[in-house]
Amino acid sequence: MARTISVEVVYRGIFQKTLAKNICRGIVLAARREGKSGIAFGRYGDSPERNGVPAKNFAIVAPNEEELQLSMAQYEPAETDITITADDMLCKGVESWAWYGLEPINEKLRENGTLVVTSTLPAQEIIKFCHTKTTPYRLAMIPGIPSFSGLWVYKDDHTDVRILGALPKVCPDLVTLDSMLRAIKDEWKDDLKVTSARRSYEQTVAHSVGPGEGNPEVPYTFDLPGWTKMREGVTIEGIPLGEPIKFGDQIGGYRPARNPYFKKFSTRTMRPVIDFDKCVKCTLCWLQCPDACFDVTPEQTYDLNAEACCGCGVCSAVCPVSGCITMVNEAAFHDNKSQWEAYKTDRQAYASWVKQRIANQPERSHGFRYRGQYEEQVARAGAGDGGDD
Amino acid sequence: MDAESTTAVKVAAAEQEALISGSEAVAVASKLMDVDVITAYPIRPYDTMMQFIAKQIANGEQDAEYVVAESEHSQFEIAKHASAVGARALCGSSGVGWCYAFEAIAVTPALRLPLVAMVGNRALDDPGAFGTEHNDALAARDLGWMHVWVDTAQEALDTTLIAYRVAEDRRVLLPCAISTDGAFLTHSQSLVKIPPKSWVGEFLPPYSRGNLVLHPDNPITIAPQVNEDWLMEIRRQTDQAMRNARGVLEEAYRDFRRIFGRDYGTPFFEEYHTDDAEIVLVGMGTLSMPVRVAVRKLREEGQKVGFVRIRWFRPFDHERLGALLSRFQAVGVADRDFSMGSPYNSGVLANEVRAAVYGQPKHPPIVSFITGLGGREVTIPSVREMFDHTREAAETGTSPTDTRWIGVRA
Repeated sequence: MARTISVEVVYRGIFQKTLAKNICRGIVLAARREGKSGIAFGRYGDSPERNGVPAKNFAIVAPNEEELQLSMAQYEPAETDITITADDMLCKGVESWAWYGLEPINEKLRENGTLVVTSTLPAQEIIKFCHTKTTPYRLAMIPGIPSFSGLWVYKDDHTDVRILGALPKVCPDLVTLDSMLRAIKDEWKDDLKVTSARRSYEQTVAHSVGPGEGNPEVPYTFDLPGWTKMREGVTIEGIPLGEPIKFGDQIGGYRPARNPYFKKFSTRTMRPVIDFDKCVKCTLCWLQCPDACFDVTPEQTYDLNAEACCGCGVCSAVCPVSGCITMVNEAAFHDNKSQWEAYKTDRQAYASWVKQRIANQPERSHGFRYRGQYEEQVARAGAGDGGDD
Repeated sequence: MDAESTTAVKVAAAEQEALISGSEAVAVASKLMDVDVITAYPIRPYDTMMQFIAKQIANGEQDAEYVVAESEHSQFEIAKHASAVGARALCGSSGVGWCYAFEAIAVTPALRLPLVAMVGNRALDDPGAFGTEHNDALAARDLGWMHVWVDTAQEALDTTLIAYRVAEDRRVLLPCAISTDGAFLTHSQSLVKIPPKSWVGEFLPPYSRGNLVLHPDNPITIAPQVNEDWLMEIRRQTDQAMRNARGVLEEAYRDFRRIFGRDYGTPFFEEYHTDDAEIVLVGMGTLSMPVRVAVRKLREEGQKVGFVRIRWFRPFDHERLGALLSRFQAVGVADRDFSMGSPYNSGVLANEVRAAVYGQPKHPPIVSFITGLGGREVTIPSVREMFDHTREAAETGTSPTDTRWIGVRA
């Protein structure tokens, strides 16, 4: 290898922080066995202690110290050879607490780089979530549910080493399988982990993703003003008052104005689905939502603003009516459109949509509680559909 | 022990490599040298050091009194008092946390307490920001603290050992602040060689205050009230200690090279491609990383450029630095700090460099820059821009009368 290779791990704040750190350390320690140099670091502006917030960790491997210097005073590499996410819903986009806007999961991937995703969904579903790119890349799937591996209260599910084992396969320039296995053996002193890594190497296959494949939506952007344009005194304008909602002939209710630059929805892994026919207008969801996500409709029911919702589930917990607000796995949705407008447009179609979503609402499970649970889940999900190259 | 058996011991106890950050490296150093008292109060990015020490103690690898204070002010006071009774003490902070401890920081040098503190350099809030900016540590530049800036995790570990050696020397007995750039050093793990404890033992003698120790066997009063009749003499003593530190530092680096085999050259600053350089940039901390890369690129293009990284800011080696810099056709100074309203509207370092060069017979133009504030990345194009302006000054032979901000949105 004569070039610097950059790997990023995109993860969920606090629950996957240790997992991401372990993966990046594993990469550098394995590369060290081949005489290469490396660094492992988190994106400094992120606030990974916050529950579920998207955050990043990096491993940079270089042939020598000199080559590494460019990366040693940077927050993140300009492009990555491998981007890893251990939570498939991060494929919908990454909005850091540090206010970088919504970054597509594959934004940093260089041409023909590899996106590694742990998921029980088929590859085609994952591609639909990822924003389109103008250059081709590859998608490698590792069957698995969102893992908390490395978090002290959860059992180790080997997600770290299963991802590490896949890396020599998807990027042979990074490190050989042998070095990776020896580093895993040294770092964790556990033969089972070595076996997991080797198995992952053997099973991992990469799918080609062509230019223009995926979610065509253009992520929102904003401009950063210069010092001559900014108001002095570290002051920013407050959010203005909101407006009534207009839909067809109906005008009424209240939609608060929201921060157009910071939306939070990429923190979400579950989404409330609202059955408006069941709503008793008690106001509790609207009152208790910590993020003021609910709009008051002209009918005094409460509509979810899915761009502002980070999926905490408080609304569903406080709702006194059974089946009125149900939390559903985010994987079941492809946009942030208004549920109330869909309800007003076609009540029958909406009713069957709600029924369908609620019937198919797998709770997102985190971590494993007994040996073999992982295999059961993979078998149940029927994941791992093979690759094309 | 004769020379041969000493060599045998060293071979048996070879260095080990670990993947750790700069602040973790300081924590490891504290374990190697058996620091007695560690006082802590969390603030990012310094907190990575206190967390790592807490882990080492919890794992049974380190034995020390670990005191989590209720504020930085108490944190520095406790460490200061521990140092007075003869305990080797370590603390640290960042940004406004360091400022909150300022009363304790200000009184430590006169009391001749060799406290060592890691400053994880951080912008002073408001606005709330975590990124590196050197104004926090530099706020204490005139008080009698020794100040050093490091640029790698390895240097952080090694410099911590050296800092104690110099600070605890009876000729010095001054506190020392080790500045590590927030994020780039405190939150980035790189491969660090960890020396065996036996080498550290050979390098660093036990801390002994002699007749200055606060102990029932040595009844003394520390810091009684004084007026104009005493204070100037006390200041002059502290000043002498700082002057002495220059020579003691050189001794320490020489011994360090002998025992650990790592050569840092002259202790006070590091030169990069200066031998045949026509123009150079001067800076501190991890700014060195993009500058080194840019220097190599510019040299490939045939430009004779170099870099001087100031390591020890206090004591400042004005003589050797001045002599070195006066050799070049022009000198650019990149400050990761500001000193608003100062001469040339420049940063702190630029005016120190101007002062150092002024005493030389030959005065190359000096061009000052402010860059990388709040931790903004100093990019390769930014470094090129600074070299370009320095080149211009070399060609015209005149120093600009103002400071350029590099990498700021207008």
